[in-house]
Amino acid sequence: MSTISERFSILQSHLEKNCKSKISKISGYVGFIMRKLLFSVLSVGPIPAHVAIIMDGNRRFAKRHSLLQDSIDPASGHRLGFRSLITTIQYSFEMGVKCVTVYAFSIDNFKRSPQEVQMLMDLMREKIEEMSAEDGVFKALDVKINFWGNLELMTEPTRLSAKRAMDTTVHNKGPELSVCVAYTSTNEITHAIEASVRDLKGKDQVQVSDLERNLYSAGCVEPDIIIRTSGETRLSNFLLWQSDFTHLQNPKPLWPEFSLRHLVWAVLEYQRVYAYLKNKKEGIEKNK
Amino acid sequence: MIEASVIASPILGVVFCLLHVIVSLVHTWSHLVHQIQCLIISSGLLSKYQNINLNRLRHLAVVIDSEDAKNKSKVHQLLCWLSDIGVKYVILYDIEGVMKKSDKAYEKSSANPSETKCMDFAPNMPLIFDMFGMTVEIISYTDGKEAVAKGANYLCSNYLKNQDDTLNKLGPKFTEPDISSALKAVGHDGPEPDLLLVYGPARCHLGFPAWRLRYTEIVHMGPLSSMKLSAVVKVLYDFSKKHQNYGK
Repeated sequence: MSTISERFSILQSHLEKNCKSKISKISGYVGFIMRKLLFSVLSVGPIPAHVAIIMDGNRRFAKRHSLLQDSIDPASGHRLGFRSLITTIQYSFEMGVKCVTVYAFSIDNFKRSPQEVQMLMDLMREKIEEMSAEDGVFKALDVKINFWGNLELMTEPTRLSAKRAMDTTVHNKGPELSVCVAYTSTNEITHAIEASVRDLKGKDQVQVSDLERNLYSAGCVEPDIIIRTSGETRLSNFLLWQSDFTHLQNPKPLWPEFSLRHLVWAVLEYQRVYAYLKNKKEGIEKNK
Repeated sequence: MIEASVIASPILGVVFCLLHVIVSLVHTWSHLVHQIQCLIISSGLLSKYQNINLNRLRHLAVVIDSEDAKNKSKVHQLLCWLSDIGVKYVILYDIEGVMKKSDKAYEKSSANPSETKCMDFAPNMPLIFDMFGMTVEIISYTDGKEAVAKGANYLCSNYLKNQDDTLNKLGPKFTEPDISSALKAVGHDGPEPDLLLVYGPARCHLGFPAWRLRYTEIVHMGPLSSMKLSAVVKVLYDFSKKHQNYGK
């Protein structure tokens, strides 16, 4: 417990970097204790092992709050979205979630203007380096980070930052954060087929298990929940193969508005359907 | 320590139940609001629901829980509604293939059996037939990942045939159109649905073929036993107003 509280106090100070007052430290500890109580209640039921998130709504949030007017930072919506990401990861890992996967950048997003794509790549590099720093989130939470996607499509500085972050955290024993960048599910399946065909070597046929072994997500449990914020109802080519028995949720808040209460609600909704989905999954596995 | 946990556990349990009571109350309220909306739609008071523009809905999918799918009359009723609304292509999916085995029942219960042309049942292949002027495709779990594996083997056999080709010395290189062509070659080239309705206890696609779900809008309709025509009309209307950026 003391190790965890030390870790999260480091994280809290990371979030409140500029505010060194005792009051903010105390409120940080109080918040941590209150969350611990809340998560103890939730833990009476099943806690999802893997939560996946489509972080939709950053640009709409910026537009809605007129953040782009008179602003020299066109990434303002995404920066606020990043803050939501850090707090969601923190709360998820405090709750006992083992894996969090986020859809950061789709291959389809390359259709955006070159300026916006460059801005997003630069922002991603900045945040990866911030999280990988000595006092960063990865060290505080002992997080192992993965980047899933066709990383060759990323700009080189961002790709190198991603690779450095993966190398630095490869031996971390804590929860896993998987960031889907330059990713689509159909691209992932295509890549898995290529790898499976390449690996055949005298074996007769490609099996489903061969394909699953060659997915970017190999070794990670399938997601229990996929949350898409902003109320949108499609998966937009995200984890289509892995989500056979995943509870799909589409809460209305935009991603920068997503907070602890939305995460708690998501878990409560999952607990309502857990028995049904577990039963369906076991039925299929029995028939394999 | 033991005494503290003996006291704490029931308290945690009580608070846990209270939280779930709150969730249930919220669901009950949402259900009530939904029922009122369906009542208004079925009364015909709102003209916007009378003539829905289905131009954007080329293919509709319906995922049905396999237990619910055993209720053949309900499934048949749903198909009749969809046909009356003007849907041209419906993909029916249930994980265990219950509806594939029941296709003859839809033929027999059709008002004019000659309008329904059925293919023979094959458990690992899609079943496609016409019903009331609407194309109905019935698929199950075996038409998903196993179909992709079949497609991979098709690509593999073509790749091995061209072993002498210089390009192949670099290893296999496939594109997404190659995968789509391979799926077509092995008989699993069904269209991507624009909209997918889920009838069952949870919003989950239960293994619907992943290759066909890229940009599909997925809507949870609740149990099949309490399905309503007005609920289907509402979903189709809401879909007709949707806008997708496709990543832009």
